[in-house]
Amino acid sequence: MLLVVEQFLNGLQFGLLLFLLAAGLTLVFGIMDLVNLAHGSLYMMGAYFAATFVAWTGSFVLGGVLALGATLLLGIVLEYTALRHLYGRDHLDHVLATFGLILFFNEAVRLIWGPAGLALPLPSWLAFPVTILPGIQYPAYRLAIIVVALLVALLLYLGVMRTRIGMLIRAGASNREMIGALGINIKLLYTLVFGLGAALAGLAGLMQAPILTVQIGMGENILILAFVVIVIGGIGSIRGAFIAAIMIGLIDTMGRAFLPNLLRQVLNSAAASTAAPAMSSMLIYLLMAIVLVARPEGLFPANRR
Amino acid sequence: MKSQLNVSSVVAALVVAGLVLLPVYSNLSGNIFILTLFTRIVILALSAVSLNLIMGYGGMMSFGHAAYLGIGGYAVGILAQEGIGSGWAQFAVAIAVSALYALVIGALSLRTRGVYFIMITLAFAQMAYYVASGLSRYGGDDGLTVYKRSDFGGLINLGNRVQFYYLCLFCLLAVVVLVWRIVNSRFGLVLQGLRSNEQRMQAIGFPSKRYKLACFVIAGMLCGLSGALLANNTDFVSPAVMYWTRSGDLMVMVILGGMGTLLGPVVGAVAFLVLEEVLSQITEYWAIIMGPLLLLVVLFGRGGIMGMLGRLNRG
Repeated sequence: MLLVVEQFLNGLQFGLLLFLLAAGLTLVFGIMDLVNLAHGSLYMMGAYFAATFVAWTGSFVLGGVLALGATLLLGIVLEYTALRHLYGRDHLDHVLATFGLILFFNEAVRLIWGPAGLALPLPSWLAFPVTILPGIQYPAYRLAIIVVALLVALLLYLGVMRTRIGMLIRAGASNREMIGALGINIKLLYTLVFGLGAALAGLAGLMQAPILTVQIGMGENILILAFVVIVIGGIGSIRGAFIAAIMIGLIDTMGRAFLPNLLRQVLNSAAASTAAPAMSSMLIYLLMAIVLVARPEGLFPANRR
Repeated sequence: MKSQLNVSSVVAALVVAGLVLLPVYSNLSGNIFILTLFTRIVILALSAVSLNLIMGYGGMMSFGHAAYLGIGGYAVGILAQEGIGSGWAQFAVAIAVSALYALVIGALSLRTRGVYFIMITLAFAQMAYYVASGLSRYGGDDGLTVYKRSDFGGLINLGNRVQFYYLCLFCLLAVVVLVWRIVNSRFGLVLQGLRSNEQRMQAIGFPSKRYKLACFVIAGMLCGLSGALLANNTDFVSPAVMYWTRSGDLMVMVILGGMGTLLGPVVGAVAFLVLEEVLSQITEYWAIIMGPLLLLVVLFGRGGIMGMLGRLNRG
């Protein structure tokens, strides 16, 4: 019971982080029709910025805010210098160009911060366990991630559904030409959306940084998961991304935690302990394949046309 | 009117001639390293050519092509470990299993299109990656050493560098010719018709999915062959050859060289891997140059190297 609750919360936390990444990715994908493989690099840069600024300022919050601003700025610069010239091009061009950006960012990080990973210490005011249910304790920092991510998700929802800019974003997602024809500065809107996506990725990176090591290539593994999320959720749909992210987070975490024991009941323990990690890593891809075979446009296809 | 001297075909011919004469140079200069490097390049060029068949001519953007490299490699590695050293058996199994895998995932993936197709092929390749990581009997994550190269009896000795290089080059050229024949056959024309307008082709009565699936399976088999060669080249196979960045590398080679051109992928593979080698000798941080270079190729060089050469020819 204790383990189940704990793993459930871990899965929820991982899912929410995935959502932060996937939200930016799905917005950029849905609105600009841009496949951005370098989104994971922004996540990595967020984590590196956070580690640097926190060490520099000595405060987790201040460092985090600075890192967030830096990632936002980086996203805007990236959009302005490179990615804006890719809109309307073939998806394959996007793949090649942003693949090049991944190479660039990984190498730039190696050049600036060195090949060894960085560690970002937990902020001391969050480094204690919280009793969430009688007898069940959970780290406060992970709870804080859940709370912040839920807040951001809520703000994002309100922002997209209730504000004027959100309305423009939705309009841009459903008909790009029309919104341009109505006199909206579509270039500015695109830059803004890309910056927002970058900041969300940076936020995910900086919140994850104290739990994992900050290292080169950390963005690539999670990028693929984020892609799985938006494909399952339906490209361009924030609601779909949210549901799919939570689903993937829970399945991945719970699978890793409980599959070994389940397997041990059908296989001998040596075979189970070697097969289980591979099988639990496969689970989400299996889920994605099943979803796509059953619903080729994802669970919540954004209304196109 | 056909121009008498087409720049892109001259370059392609030069690349092929260079590949044929390379062992002579290596022998004269005593530079063994270059032969090893180019054996790898030729093998990966073969996979790029097979990927180009589905991407460039079939319009199917597969982001999981490296899975076949792993399947072919593991066919060699596993059979070798189980005591079946015959190259005929190993290569036949490599190609047959690749075909089977391509048939299954192709049938499922072809239900989707566009970006969803890119992602579902990626998902299947990642599954294959994790299956290989779970093969604890065959090294799991650490990979599998191939202690004895495939044995083709007295016909050819894969342990001999030059013989092995020529075998790889022969396979590459044979596959290029095969792709050329396929592309210009009725089957290939239907395929290219499907790439440009699937609905119209369906309307005039072509079962589009069957044609695409057949193409997908052929490309898978060819890449499986390349995987079997690759395992022989490195004497090693590990899940890492199937990782998604490897599929990305293959896509980059195809696009860099020129998608939908016969020799583009070969030129792309040579350019990509030689550039990687040269840059890594200049600086440890070679990727910091390579990355923006790829970006520039996309931004300013539409159609890859072959496309640029083609424009040179016209303008």
